[in-house]
Amino acid sequence: MLTIANSHTYHAMTKTSHPLSVNTFRGFFRALCAVLLGCLALNAHAEDSVTIDIIGTGADRIPIIIPVFENESSLPHPVSDIVRADLERSGAFQLVDIGPLPLPESRTPDLAAMKARGAHMALAASVRPSSDGGGRYEIRFRLFDVQKPEREADIGGMMLFMPPAQHRLIAHRIADFIYEKILHIPGCFATRIAYVAKIGARYELQIADSDGVNAQPALRSAEPIISPVWSPDGQRLAYVSFEARKPIVYVHVLATGQRQVLANFKGSNSAPAWAPDGSRLAVVLTKDGLSQLYTINANGSGVRRLTASSGIDTEPAWSPDGQWIYFTSDRSGGPQIYRIAANGGNAERITFEGAYNVTPRPSPDGKKLTFITRNEGRFQLAILDLASRQRIILNPEAARDESPSFAPNSNMILYATENGGKGVLETVSVDGGVKQRLSIQAADVREPAWGPLLK
Amino acid sequence: MKKLLLPTLLTTVLAACGSDPATTATQVKDNADDSNKIQSVTVQPDKDGRRLSSELNDLSRQGSVYFDYDSFVIRAEARPVINSNARYLSQNRNAKVLIQGNTDERGSHEYNLALGQKRANAVRQALKLLGVRDEQVEAVSLGKEKPRCFEVSESCYAQNRRGDFNYQ
Repeated sequence: MLTIANSHTYHAMTKTSHPLSVNTFRGFFRALCAVLLGCLALNAHAEDSVTIDIIGTGADRIPIIIPVFENESSLPHPVSDIVRADLERSGAFQLVDIGPLPLPESRTPDLAAMKARGAHMALAASVRPSSDGGGRYEIRFRLFDVQKPEREADIGGMMLFMPPAQHRLIAHRIADFIYEKILHIPGCFATRIAYVAKIGARYELQIADSDGVNAQPALRSAEPIISPVWSPDGQRLAYVSFEARKPIVYVHVLATGQRQVLANFKGSNSAPAWAPDGSRLAVVLTKDGLSQLYTINANGSGVRRLTASSGIDTEPAWSPDGQWIYFTSDRSGGPQIYRIAANGGNAERITFEGAYNVTPRPSPDGKKLTFITRNEGRFQLAILDLASRQRIILNPEAARDESPSFAPNSNMILYATENGGKGVLETVSVDGGVKQRLSIQAADVREPAWGPLLK
Repeated sequence: MKKLLLPTLLTTVLAACGSDPATTATQVKDNADDSNKIQSVTVQPDKDGRRLSSELNDLSRQGSVYFDYDSFVIRAEARPVINSNARYLSQNRNAKVLIQGNTDERGSHEYNLALGQKRANAVRQALKLLGVRDEQVEAVSLGKEKPRCFEVSESCYAQNRRGDFNYQ
C-alpha cells in the first residue's frame, strides 16, 4: 500500500533548467492524487509501481499534453500515467503539464489555451463503466493538433473496452496510437522484452512489458542463461543455458514452456540469431575448433558452416532483409565487426575505429548498426549509420554497457549496464537524447532482448 | 471518414459513433492477453547433481590452468597439472574430461565465451600432445559466466582467466 502505484518517481533530473523539471514536479503530485483516489476506491497494486530515471534530455521533442482522463479515478488502476511514461521514454515527446484537470473526450479542448502552454498536441480522454455490464470500462480518446484551425485539429481517436486487468496493455496501445498518429512510425510500447535476472544464486529468464513492468519468469535455473533472442513471430525464445555444464542452445515456446535443444554439439554452442523469416538460425559452434558461425534449421536439422576463419567468429545478427549476417571476429587481431552474405562468401569489415568493437545489432529498418565499443577501458554503446558510416558513442560516460537490442521501430535501443555493482537495463533514443532506466523488480538484470511487434 | 490504423489485437470493430468521424470503436478481446501467457519452467541441475565446475574438486589433478590477460598460452607453472591429467587419461582410456575455459568479466558475454573456448582448446591441445585421445576430451567454455572471484581487481580477474578439469 505504501508503493506509489502507477506513478513516475523521478530521481536524477536534468542539470539544465528544462521546463520538464517543473512539469515533472507537478506531475508527481498529480500522480500522487490519482493514487490516493485509487487507494480510496480500491487496493493499490504494488506490482504496478514503476520508476523512471531521466538521465539526459533531448532536443526537438514534440510538446504534448496527456491529461488525467475524465473519471480516471474510477478505474482500479490508473492508465494515463503509463501513457505519459511511454511517450516520454521514447525520446520523441516532451510532456506539458496542465495540472489535475481532465480534458473530456466529449468536448473540443480550448486549443488556444493549450497552444499558449507551449503544446503542439493534446489528448482528450474519458473513462466510463461499460454499458454491457461485464465489469469493463470504456475509454474514449481523441488527439488534437492544437496548432491547426479548430475544424482540422481533431486528428483521430478511438474507443477501447478495457477489462480492469488489462490496463497496462490498453495504456501501451493508446501510447502506440498517439506515437503512430503523430510520427507516422509504428509505436512499440505494447511489446515485450526478455532478460536474465540473477536472484541470489539462481538465474531467471524473465519476460516483461516494454517498460520493464509485469515481469514473468519463463525459465528458472541454478546455472547461467545468456543470449536470449526472440523468434520473429514473438512466440519463442532461443537462448544459451549452462544447465548441463556446458553452453547449449535451446528454443523455448513461451506459451507452453516447451523447450527443445537446438544445438548441442561437442564443444560450446552459443549466440543464436533468428533469420527474419524464422526458418533457421545462425549459431556459434566449436565442434570444428574455434568459435565459428553456422546456420541451422529452427528444428535443429541441417547444420551448415558459414565462416571458416582461423580466429573467433561470433555474435551473429541478421540484417532485416535476410541478406547479411553481421558478426564479431578477431581475424585482424582484436575484435571488430564484419558482415558476410547469409549464404556464405567473403567477409567485409565494417568497423575500423577503436581496437575493440563487439555485439553488432542492425536496426529493424536496416539503416543503422548498434554495437559496443571499448573506449579507454570503458565499454560504451555506439551507433553507426550504415550509409554514411558515421559513428556516434551514445553513452560517452558509461563504463559497462553491453547487449544492445533495437526496438522494433528502430527508434530506441535497450541495453544492459551497471549501477552500483548490479546489472540494470536502460533505453536510449537513437539520437542519444533521452535515456531512461527501466525499473525492474529484480535487482540484478542483464542480457535484454526487445521482442517484435505483435502481429 | 478518416482511416485509422487499428492495433491488431483490437479486433472487434463496433459501430463508429455517428457524430464523430474521427472516433472508431474497437474492443479488446477478453482473452487478448492469451498471447502474453508465459508457462514457467524450472530446470534441475545436471543428472549427477554436480554443479558447474568452478568449485575445485578434491582430486589433485583437478587444479586449474591460469592464463595472462588476452592470452591463450599455457604458462610453465601449469605443466604439473597438465601432466598429471594427461597421465591419468592415458592410463584410464575410459575416463573422460570436460575442460571448461573461463575469462574475466570484461567484454561481451559471447565474445568472452569464444575467448574461454580458446583457452579450453589450448589445454586440450596440450593433453593431446601428451598422448590423450580426442574422444576422451571435450573442450567447452563458460566465458565470464562462472567467475571464481567477484571483485573488480586484477588479482581477481587473474583467478577467473583459467581452464578447469571436470571429470564425468
